[in-house]
This record gives sequence, structure tokens and C-alpha cells, in this order.
Amino acid sequence: MENVTTAEQIAHAEHGHEEHTLSFLQSYVFSQDHKVIGIQYAITAMLFLLFGFSLMMVMRWNLAFPGAPIPVIGNFLGQANAPGGIMLPEFYNQLGAMHGTIMVFLGVVPLAVGGFGNFVLPLQIGAPDMAFPKLNMFSYWAFFLGGVVMLASFFAPGGAANSGWTSYAPLSVIATQGQTWWLVGMVFLITSSLLGAINFIVTTIQLRAPGLGFMRLPFFVWAQLVTAFLLLLAFPPLEAAAVLQLMDRLAGTSFFMPAGLVTTAGVPLEYSGGGSPLLWQHLFWFLAHPEVYVLILPAMGIVAEIIANNTRRPLWGYGAMVGSLVFLGFMSFVVWAHHMFMTGMGTTMSAFFQTTTMIISIPSVVILSALFISLYGGSIRYPVSMLFALAFLPMFGIGGLTGLPLGLSAPDLHFHDTYYVIGHFHYVVAPGTILALFAGIYHWYPKATGRVMNELLGRIHFWGSFIAMNVVFMPMFIIGLAGVNRRLYDGGMQYAHAQDVIGWNVVSSYGAWTLGFFQIFFIFNFFWSIRHGKQVDDNPWKATTLEWQAPSPPPHGNFTTPPEARRGPYEYSVPGASTDFTMQGQASGPDPEPAKV
Amino acid sequence: MLELLGLPPQASAHAAQIDDMIVMLHWLMLVLFVGWIIFFVYTLIRFRASVHPKADYQGVTSHTSSYLDVVVVVVEAVILLAFAIPAWAVRVNALPPEEGATVVHVIAKQFEWHVVYPGPDGRFGRRDASLITSTNAIGLDRSDPNGADDIHSLAYLNLPVDTPVIVYLTTMDVIHSFGITSMRVKQDAIPGMEIPVWWEPTMVGDYEINCSQLCGLGHYRMRGFVTIMTQADYQAFLAEEGAKLSAD
Repeated sequence: MENVTTAEQIAHAEHGHEEHTLSFLQSYVFSQDHKVIGIQYAITAMLFLLFGFSLMMVMRWNLAFPGAPIPVIGNFLGQANAPGGIMLPEFYNQLGAMHGTIMVFLGVVPLAVGGFGNFVLPLQIGAPDMAFPKLNMFSYWAFFLGGVVMLASFFAPGGAANSGWTSYAPLSVIATQGQTWWLVGMVFLITSSLLGAINFIVTTIQLRAPGLGFMRLPFFVWAQLVTAFLLLLAFPPLEAAAVLQLMDRLAGTSFFMPAGLVTTAGVPLEYSGGGSPLLWQHLFWFLAHPEVYVLILPAMGIVAEIIANNTRRPLWGYGAMVGSLVFLGFMSFVVWAHHMFMTGMGTTMSAFFQTTTMIISIPSVVILSALFISLYGGSIRYPVSMLFALAFLPMFGIGGLTGLPLGLSAPDLHFHDTYYVIGHFHYVVAPGTILALFAGIYHWYPKATGRVMNELLGRIHFWGSFIAMNVVFMPMFIIGLAGVNRRLYDGGMQYAHAQDVIGWNVVSSYGAWTLGFFQIFFIFNFFWSIRHGKQVDDNPWKATTLEWQAPSPPPHGNFTTPPEARRGPYEYSVPGASTDFTMQGQASGPDPEPAKV
Repeated sequence: MLELLGLPPQASAHAAQIDDMIVMLHWLMLVLFVGWIIFFVYTLIRFRASVHPKADYQGVTSHTSSYLDVVVVVVEAVILLAFAIPAWAVRVNALPPEEGATVVHVIAKQFEWHVVYPGPDGRFGRRDASLITSTNAIGLDRSDPNGADDIHSLAYLNLPVDTPVIVYLTTMDVIHSFGITSMRVKQDAIPGMEIPVWWEPTMVGDYEINCSQLCGLGHYRMRGFVTIMTQADYQAFLAEEGAKLSAD
């Protein structure tokens, strides 16, 4: 059945779409066009990123100045959450859980995969649209509904989920109603990701332009393809786990509940028992570790495109990078329990997961090294997108390297649950992935709008964000090395071992607020440039890949003439060529690589 | 490097070993990072478009980076096989014999640490959720002959110095984590499981237990106190608590 749909869609696209007139709703709301869906995903996800970040800006007040009333905003948080503007621990835990959930599941992944993947991938492979446009639309709307449920949960009795984004049982099972909303929201979000993942895989395999063999795919497409496989294979266990937890909460089952538990007041809990809290952790991390690579691989893809384009030379070690990427994908399924070293794990099992964790660091180092080496011998331009892409490299480097001590169980005796962990994964995801996502926005904005974003505002945004992010996250390593725990409402002020380092919380908080300030330049620039940005031609960056062959913005069906790939994706500065870039679909010109299809 | 990292005092026999590993790993991280940055900054300046208008199609042709990758693999393998795995095996497998060790039960509940010492008979009494009252938070069965002399303490864990400790860790409600930062001790308390934790305190003094797993709204204040005392002081403490029990 699917095959029929695919074939129909291709035929449909080939006939051209201009003859149809679509209503406003069909064009912009319930659109089946991958570009519109991509933009819908991107804008929704950016709004969630802003919201998730705002939650943290509020939390950081209490971490810096525990117990002090929150200025201005404190009055709007509600008496149940912050009486007199002073945040309650219950509310702090809600903000913490929802910050993590929103940033990961409603912000970064939908932007990196739903936004960039949808918009760029079909264009880069020369396809008229996704293989299953309707499924694509459902994917967005499932995501949207999931987001609405998550936001609405703040108004549930007892507020939003408060058991961390990890929702460890039994805490989550006995938590207030917000947790039920969280689980329902997750089911929507996971469904959305699954629909999207199937679409990405089929599209990449079936709809590549003639001549576009797998080893001619842009690295970004490879990254999205591997990401889609991770989503497809890792998310179902969490979907099952979410439903099981929902049953534990609503139907009185005991999947995650052992016998003999009591409430704080000493009253026995009404669970038949026989369940295991560790089962939840295994199911959760079986998704959530591959999820880390879902967060990082699309970012690597974006950075690779921008680096090749702005160094004006091919990526160094493309084959090794692709191999490493695929290997990373496989390995990401067998490292999950390194999140659980402190649960009472024996030597054999911990040795296995430590070994796989050390192994998975190797392909990451290979990809990062290849990107660094790609710079050598280039003729490097520095547009805003390149600044963001370059900043990704050392920032992801810090995030990756600080993962080494955490990947070994013995050092975890010290680091488990400390701010060192927070510093580590934020360096991967915030100055890492989020900077890369900004790079992608500046890079592909002209493709979506026909205009470039303002350079000066972009540079202010870059330097402000880059410096502020380091001010936010670097102190976390100092706090973590001293052994101060995460998820503490008062930042750890009660503990003697925290006293020497706790002042860094103030620095970190000022960093967060400064980071918020510099986003104003981006938000303004993003909207202002839609009408007032400098108009540019279809290929303003003189890039090689197929998306730059389409008009800007690309019409329904994307290409005016069906593209064909005649060479690799990064034929920059080919010796003997008249220009320093030879486009993938260009008919004439040097062809250093023999055509093989 | 150790001073630079600002790790807390090493108050247990294995703390230095853990810290050595942390220091080694940070050296590796530092060398790699500084190497990358030097290369990075050099290329960004040397190959900027204004001084290097024509890019080089081939780029780097040497295999130095592959050799460097191999070096990283070897260093990681050595740390893993020679240090990390053996250190963990000792922590979770090589429990010292109970005679000659201090054996205590630590029971976590929202948001308190309870400590039970076996008393002079060296046996722990029965605990039962149905016996929980406002004065008996952990449901200790005083009618059990083994439990009559058990010493129960809220939030305070007293231990003798230079003697191995075995803590049998349980929780009554949600997941908590038993952490003593200065002793590099950490273990999650998992509902339905009793997990042994052992270490040897080496410095007399006062330390803290910090809950290291989100356990609810009072997680931030789920603090306990550890006092490491001389053997004589410890015996005096046990005797004093025992006397209080028989006086009741």
C-alpha cells in the first residue's frame, strides 16, 4: 500500500502542482508540503526552546539567591507555586522536569529533525517531497498535540510533572496528576517521531535523484538517515514503558512497583508488588541514550555542510565520517546502562557497559577530528553561520571529553548526580547542538525566504551567545568537581562541601540571563529579515549540494527541472575548474570522480 | 592537577584511587583539547580567505590523525582495563568479612536517613511496615529478641576510623542515593532491593550524607551526618546508646 502511495506521489509531483489551487488551511496549516511542515516544526520548536529556557531562567534565580523573592516574574507564578514571589521546592521540581522534557522532546529534536530534516533533506536529495506527505502532516500535528498536553499539564492539580525528565519510578508513579499528563504527552511525541522517522528513511532510500548514490549523499542526509533509524528503533520501548507507567498510575498495576513500600506518613502503598523500578530505568535509557545521538548527529550534519561550504574545500575523510556515523548509530544501542552504574550493578555488567562506552567515544573523536582537519588548507570565509558552526567544534569537544570520566563506573562514585553531569551534557546539547542549529538557521534561511539574515545582528547574537553559554556551563564543572549534587532546590547551600563553590551559581545565573538577552537580537533578526533582509539569488553561499539548485524559496514540488547528481557533494576548489565550486547537479565541468550509479 | 580540580578531601581508603583515575582522565582531556585548539586557531588564522584565497582540494594527506586516534584508543583501553574495571570489582565484589567490620543498616525514606546498629548481639531485628508509628518511623520490631538491643538513629551515622564499614542500604519509598562525597561513596537505594556498600574511613572528623537522586520536594534537604571517631569513642557511643535503651 505504501509503495503505491509513494509512486503516486512521485507521479503527482512530476505532473507539477501549479494547476492545483490550495486553500489557506491546506497551504499553511494542514500542509503536506515538506517545506511548510519543516517551517512549522522549526517555529514551534523554537518557541518551545524559548519557553523551556525561560523556565530555567526562573530556576536559576533560586539557585543563585535561594529563598529570595523572584523580582517581577515572581508575582505571576501563582500563590501555589511561589507565595510572595518565593519559589517552593515543589514548583522548582516541576520546572526542572519540564525544562528537560521541553528542551529535549519539544525543542531540540523537533528543530533538528522535524525542522531541518523536513526542510532540507528532500531538497538535498533532489526529491519533490517526502515519500509520505500525509504521514508527515500527521507527524507535525501529533507533535503539536503532545506539546499542548505538556503545556496544559502546568494547570493540572498539583502542577506539571515533577519527577525529573527521567521520570524514575516509584517517585513518578506516586507523583501528582501532572505526571499522567506527561505520559500522555510523551505518547503523542513518540508517535510523532515514529511517523517522521519512517518517512525520512523511506524518502532517503527511495526518492534520491538519479545519480545520487549513497556515497554521494551530503553528510547532513547521512546524519538524518542514521538519526531516523535511532528514533525508529529506540522510541518504541519508551512508548511501551510510558504506557506501563500510565497503567501503574491509573489501573493499579505494578510494573515498576515492588511490594512493601510506604508513603511518607508510613501508610503502606496499595500495590500488589512484584515490579521493578530498574525496569523503568532500563526502558527509559534504552531510548534516552540513542536520543543523545538524535540530539547530536543532525547538528554534526549541519556543521559538516557549513564547514565544507565556507572552507571552500571538500570534507576531509568523508568516507571515514560516514562509517563512524553508522557505527555510532549501532553502538548507541548498547551503552544505555552507563546511566545506571550506581544502581547496584555488578562487575560483569558494568565492565560491558564501560567498554562499549569507551568504544563509542572513538567514532565521535574521528568525526570531530575530521571536521577539524577539514579546515586545513581551506580558504575560510566567516559568515555568521560559519562562526556558529566553528564554535560547535570545541564546545562539542568539551562535552564529549567530559563524558569520559562519566562513562567509567569508578569515577562515577564521585560524579554521579553532580553538576559535573549537568555541565557535560549541556556542553553537548547547548553550546554544541544549539549553536549548530543556529548555524543551520543562518545558513538555510535564504533558501526558505530568498533573503539573508542581517550579518551585524547575527554577529552580536553569536558572540553574546557563545560567551554567555560558557559563563553558564563552565562553572558547573567547578561545582560538580567539588561534589555538589544536581536537582537541589537551594543549589546545595545546606551542605558543607558546597560552601566554597556555591558562589559560582550566581555567575552561572547571570550567564543564563545574559544569554537570554542576546536571543533578542536573533528573534528580531529572524522576523525582520523575512521582509527586510537583503534579497539574494538561489545560491548565495556558492554551495554545491542540490538544494541550492532549487529556486528560493522552492515552489511546491521543489525543482523547476528534475535534478540529477553527477558528482560527490563537496566538489569545492576542484583543480582546473573555472569556479571554486562545482555543483552536484552541474552538467558541464570537471568530473574528477568517474560516474558510478 | 588534583589541587586544580578542587576535589574534596580523601577521607576513605579508596578515595585516592578514584581521584587518580579522575586526574588521569583530565590529563587526557586536557592534552586532547589543547591539541585541538592549537590546531584549530592556527588553521583559522593561517587559512582565512584573505591570505589564502585558493583552497587546497586535497588538504591534509598525512595519516597523523589516524595514529593519534590509535593513541587515544590505547590510553582509554589502559585506563579502562588497568584501573576502572578492577577498581569497580573491588567496590562491588570484595566485601570484607563481617566480623572485623562495622555493619550497619541504612534506611532511606522521604526525606530522612535512618541508621540501625545491631547492638551487642550483632544481629539485626525484624522491621515491619505495619509497626510504623510516629515514634517508630522505620517499623522496628522491639519484641523480636534480635531487635531489642538494636540502636536506631535518625540522620546520624557514627563509625570507627580505620575499620571497614558495610552498609546494607534499603529504601522504604522511592529511589534515593546514599552519597558521602569526601569518602567517594555513592550508591542508589532501590525499592525492593538491599544493596551492600563498603568502604574504609581513614580520617576522624565530621562529614555529610547527601541524597544523590531526586526523591521529591524535600530532596534538597535530605541530609545526614557522618562522624568518624576513634575506636574508643565509637565503643563509648555504642555503650551510651545501649544504656539509654535499657533505661527505657
